[in-house]
Order: sequence, then structure tokens, then C-alpha cells
Amino acid sequence: MSTLETAAQPEYLCRIAIDPLSRVEGHGKVTLLVDKDHHIRQARLHIVEFRGFEKFIQGRPYWEVPVLVQRLCGICPVSHHLAAAKAVDQLVGARDIPPTAEKMRRLMHYGQTLQSHAVHFFHLASPDFLFDFDDPTAHRNIGGVMADFPDIARQGVRLRKYGQEVIRMTAGKRIHGTGTVPGGVNKALTLQERNYLLTDLDLMIQWGCNILKLMKKAYEANPGYFTYFATIRSSYLSLARADGALDLYHGGLRARNEQGGIIFDHLDYQRYYQVIHEQVKPWSYMKFPFINSLGPDKGWYRVGPLARINNCDFIATPLAEEERREFMALGGGELIHATLAYHWARMIELLHSAEAIKELLLDPDIFGDELMACGEMVREGIGVIEAPRGTLFHHYRINEDGLIEKANLIVSTTNNNQAMNESIRQVAERYLSGKELIEPLLNQIEVAVRAYDPCLSCATHALGQMPLYVELADEESGAIVGCLVRDADGTVRDHL
Amino acid sequence: MSEEQHFILDGRRIPFEDGQTIMEAARAAGVYIPHLCFNPEFAPHGSCRVCLVKVNGRVQASCTLPAAAGQTVLSDIEELREIRRGILQMLFVEGNHVCPACEKSGACQLQAVAYYVGMLAPHYTHFYPRRPVDASHPDVLIDFNRCILCELCVRASRDVDGKNVFAVQGRGISAHLVINTPAGKLGATDFSVEDKAAQVCPTGAILIKHQGYGIPIGQRLYDRKPINVVGDVAQASESQGGRRHD
Repeated sequence: MSTLETAAQPEYLCRIAIDPLSRVEGHGKVTLLVDKDHHIRQARLHIVEFRGFEKFIQGRPYWEVPVLVQRLCGICPVSHHLAAAKAVDQLVGARDIPPTAEKMRRLMHYGQTLQSHAVHFFHLASPDFLFDFDDPTAHRNIGGVMADFPDIARQGVRLRKYGQEVIRMTAGKRIHGTGTVPGGVNKALTLQERNYLLTDLDLMIQWGCNILKLMKKAYEANPGYFTYFATIRSSYLSLARADGALDLYHGGLRARNEQGGIIFDHLDYQRYYQVIHEQVKPWSYMKFPFINSLGPDKGWYRVGPLARINNCDFIATPLAEEERREFMALGGGELIHATLAYHWARMIELLHSAEAIKELLLDPDIFGDELMACGEMVREGIGVIEAPRGTLFHHYRINEDGLIEKANLIVSTTNNNQAMNESIRQVAERYLSGKELIEPLLNQIEVAVRAYDPCLSCATHALGQMPLYVELADEESGAIVGCLVRDADGTVRDHL
Repeated sequence: MSEEQHFILDGRRIPFEDGQTIMEAARAAGVYIPHLCFNPEFAPHGSCRVCLVKVNGRVQASCTLPAAAGQTVLSDIEELREIRRGILQMLFVEGNHVCPACEKSGACQLQAVAYYVGMLAPHYTHFYPRRPVDASHPDVLIDFNRCILCELCVRASRDVDGKNVFAVQGRGISAHLVINTPAGKLGATDFSVEDKAAQVCPTGAILIKHQGYGIPIGQRLYDRKPINVVGDVAQASESQGGRRHD
């Protein structure tokens, strides 16, 4: 772990806050404590929202939960919907749901992964690849991409739209639908819906391939930056299918250490709480999960696209598998630890999602009429899914009347909490420390955080400006002797 | 053939029979007047005030006012729409009506009437009352957060089921639905999912357990057509059958 988590003597250091972080989902901020020689002594990513879902769903009926908790997020509500639905399946004793139900859920999930990855790459992160760090802030956004690279922007918008349409056909609405019921789903696909979704699908697959070409071009243009920027060595956690394939909907838990060795594999996620614990730190609302056997200092890990691609043995769809092989070859047999590789891995998953959607649409089971299963009710249910941002845990306990008694949610971004902090500290030490902090340098902190595609509130994203306040404190007295303010339009002014 | 007796509703001639209320005559003529506590199977209650109409210049509840020849009735006018919106807004803030997560959404009469009268936001400050959920019954759940005190369940249980399971306790702002047992729990009664009282709730206050969201979005009662075309929840769920229980 970096030594920059807590400064030894914070009293006389200048505090710089990047607040709010821009082009990420939700609300967060980064604070830096800097001495008079511009050396960074402390760097923290703070999550400043408190949502309280685990508390206020207590007392609600269990069958309401998948629809209720999806309101955590406007970008990937399907993840919460499905993770909760899988937990509710356990509650109603539906250990195996009918093939039609599982395939409808998978279709919904791949539609969501496609749209969520598209939103992150095209709408939020693409300016980091297409423009320089010192590009004007007013231009360094999706508006700038639309102006300078209209074809790329258009593909992003249409990829997202396609994924949203898949969700609409399976859940009834593009955002916050009601596709699942205890033990299954409430509808199968109609032939008309299937044909509608097939219409543009080959184009989406083609665009998925194209964006990977763009990604490789960006890598080849500056492999050193791509390899080392914000890079940290870490363990990785994800679900994996029984045969080791990438599986975003279901599987066993697999964790690898930074050398690629297995920490645990094919672990039934019903026992997740035996291997994953959470630590609380006083300066953030977000907990710090860790692998129990390694302890809080060494047990932190990364989840999400990079973790999944590192962890899986293969991808079951051909184009994505080809891309995975090429991607993993960069490591020469080692895991890929580059933080910016998250973007690349994410686009491999986008392509995989499009291919998986095609397989499901051509599967006759998708039209079946057996939609639900049930069994003996139990009091505890755990659902785990690979959300676009990583492994998502939903754990519920109900009372004898069927009301929620206790809930524990470990959302994807929470798993990456320590990793994001480590990455910004690496950037702070390597690229910022000792330099006078100007906006383009601070933007590098955001680029590091953004690579993880954090959903800081699990709510709608904050696509906005980044106002910045820099206070200069007297080393002896601690008094504020200077203050610079950077407004949302990028202009910097003296505030004293 | 003698001329049938009639009144004028929004410029339209509405025939009626002796003993009919304005609401009943309007329904028989296929004219919708928004309402919540009215159900044609039960004696009119006149409590929700959503069915207010202007009769010869006076605002009255159409579900209780007998129809009479010579009446000039106004219903679909902005003045009344505004009053109805206000009533709906008060109902929404007085309870906890979280439509986004409610399984009755899309098939809820309260929501459908709110849409019909053009309510776009609650406007008033939410009370956020703390009300428990009673899930003690094996088949039926009572979510008191969604009760609007229409007393349809009270009337159905008392007048049809003969069980008298429900009652309203307290007065004014303190009025609230209770279960007629010492413990106040539905599980301690002989209430059945087959009871009439389990079928009449116009909101999501009385729900069949373990189901939830079974009807896909797009196929729910009010997804495609508004309430003035589709009709009430209770009638739709019972295929327009039913008799009046005085």
C-alpha cells in the first residue's frame, strides 16, 4: 500500500480538492495535501454521498427488492435488479430457474453491459484518449468528441441506444424496468421483438471491433504511458464459469494474486462472506473490502473488466476471444496490471456482449413459456453478478413474514476503493509531486480514477465541470495566505 | 313515448332513473367522472371528494348527489381539475406512495386518476409518516403507507364478507386504517385472499404476497389507455361483474 494515505503532519500542508470529480458516475472528490515545495504528502479519493439503501429496505417485502434497489443507479440498474433477483431466487427456493428465464435475464444483462460500457468509453472516457491533458476543459468532453470525431460519437450514442433497446425488450423500460419475478421473469421474447433486435446487431458487433482497433492504435501511439500510468500491481476478483470462461451472469468466485496464482477458485458465492470482509475508514463513506485470508493491508483487490479478462481462461464468443488473446499477449504470460488497460478490457467485453446477445437471440429457448420456478422458502438469499464495473454482491435475510430484516450490498465500485486510492497516489507521486499544480496535471488524477469507471453513488453520472480551489497555508502559523480558484469554465482567478 | 328524464353534464344530455346519483347516471351513459372511494358495488361514501362536480353553480360530490331533472352539471372544467389535482397531491404527500418501486404501479387507480387529472408532482411537503407493513397473514400483505382511507376494504369486509376485519380509527389527520383484532395484525383474523375486501383496494395497500411485478410493463391495466377508457381497478379485476352491496 502507498504511504500517501495519511500525511504525518497534515497541519501545515496546502489542501487541494478536486471536487466534484468530473465524467464519472456519482459524486466524489479527491483531496491532496501538498507542502510548500509541491511535494504531495497525502492523496485520498473520498465518496461524499450516503445512500442508505441497506437500511431503508428493511421492513419491505422481499419480492419488492429487485425493483427497489435498482434505483441505486441510473447507469447500471439492471445489475442491481439481477443481483437482487438472484438472491430472491434463493429465498423462494428456486435454485434452478427455467432456461427461458435465465436466457432472458442474460439477454437483459448483456444489453446492459453493452450500453454501460458504451456510455463510459464514448461519453465519459474517450476525451482522455482523443485529446491531450491540457486540452481546454470546455472542449474535453463528449461535446468536443462530437465536434471533432462525429463518427466515433455517433457510434457511442447508437451502441448505447442498442443496449437500452435490449433492456427495454426484456425489462419493459430502458431504465428501471421490472423484468424479473421471484424464481424467473415476467415475459419471454416475442418473434417480433427478436427480429427488431437482430436488425442492427451485426453493425454493433462491427463497431465493437472498430473501437478495439482505435484502442490498439492509442496503445501503439504511446505504449509507455499506457503501461505505466496509474499502474499498480494487485490481486483480482471475479466470477468465472465452471470451465473457466468469462461469464458475466453466473459462476463461482475466482481470485488471483498479482503473480496470477489462484487464491481461491470456483468458490460458491453463497459463502462470499467467509472470504471477503470490509474495513471502514473515517474519511470515506465507502468501505474497503479485502480478501480475508490476506488481511486488510494486503488483501485489497481489483474487480471489473480488467479483473475479469485477467481471471478468465477464455471467452466463449470468437471475436472477443481473439481480442482477449491479443490483449493478454501484452503481458507475456503475466497478468496485465496497467490501469489504463481497463478501457481496453472493457471494450473486449463490449464486443463479447454484442456477440452474446446474438447467440441468445438465435436461441429458441428465448421464446419459451416456462418462466418461473419455485421451491421451499428459506430465510437467507445471496445473489452475485458481474456488473459492468465489477463483482456485485446482494445479501438479504428475511423474517418469517417475508420482510427484509437485514441487507448487505457490496457494490462493484466499493471493491475497487483501495485500488482507486492506490492509483491516484501512484499518479500523485510519479507525475505531480514536486511540480506546481496546474489544472492539466490535476486532470491526470481524474484520468486515473475514470479508468475504473467508478459508479460513485451508483446513481446517474455527473457529467460536469471541475471547479477547483487551491489554498496556500503558511507553514508556521497554518494561516491561509493565498487561494486560487479555477472556475467551471477553466479560468483561474485569485480569490483573496 | 314520454321524454326520459335527464340532466346536462358538460353540455351532454345524460338520462337517469329515479334513485340514481349523478355518478351512476354518468357511468351508465359512458361518461367518466374521476373517483377513488366510489365503487358501484357499494353504497356511496363521499369521502375522497375527487368526484366533485359543479351542479347549478354549487360544488358537490357526484357519487352522493341524486340526479335530478334540470341540473346543469360541470365536471371537465379547469376549476374542478385544479381542485382534484390538489386533493390527489394531498393524498400523495399524506402517505408514502413510492410509485417507482410499487408493484401496483401501472395498475393503480390512485396513480391513474392522478395522471388523468394532470397531476405531475406532489407539490406539497411530504409528511413521510412512519407506517409499518403488516405481513403477518400468509397470503395477503397490508402496506399502510399506501392507504388513502377510501374504506372500500372496510365496507367490503363488513358488508360482503361479513368479517368486519378492517376499521378506521382516529379522527381528522389522525385517522388511520386498523385491523379489528386486539393485536391489530391481519394474521390473527379469518381474512382470506378470496375475500371481497382483498379485491377492492384502489392502491397498493392490500396486496397478494409473493407475486409482485408479474405483469410486464406495457401490459398493465393503465399502460396503454387511461382510466377514463379502461375503468376502475376493482371492475377490471372482476371482469366488470359485481352487484351492489347496500
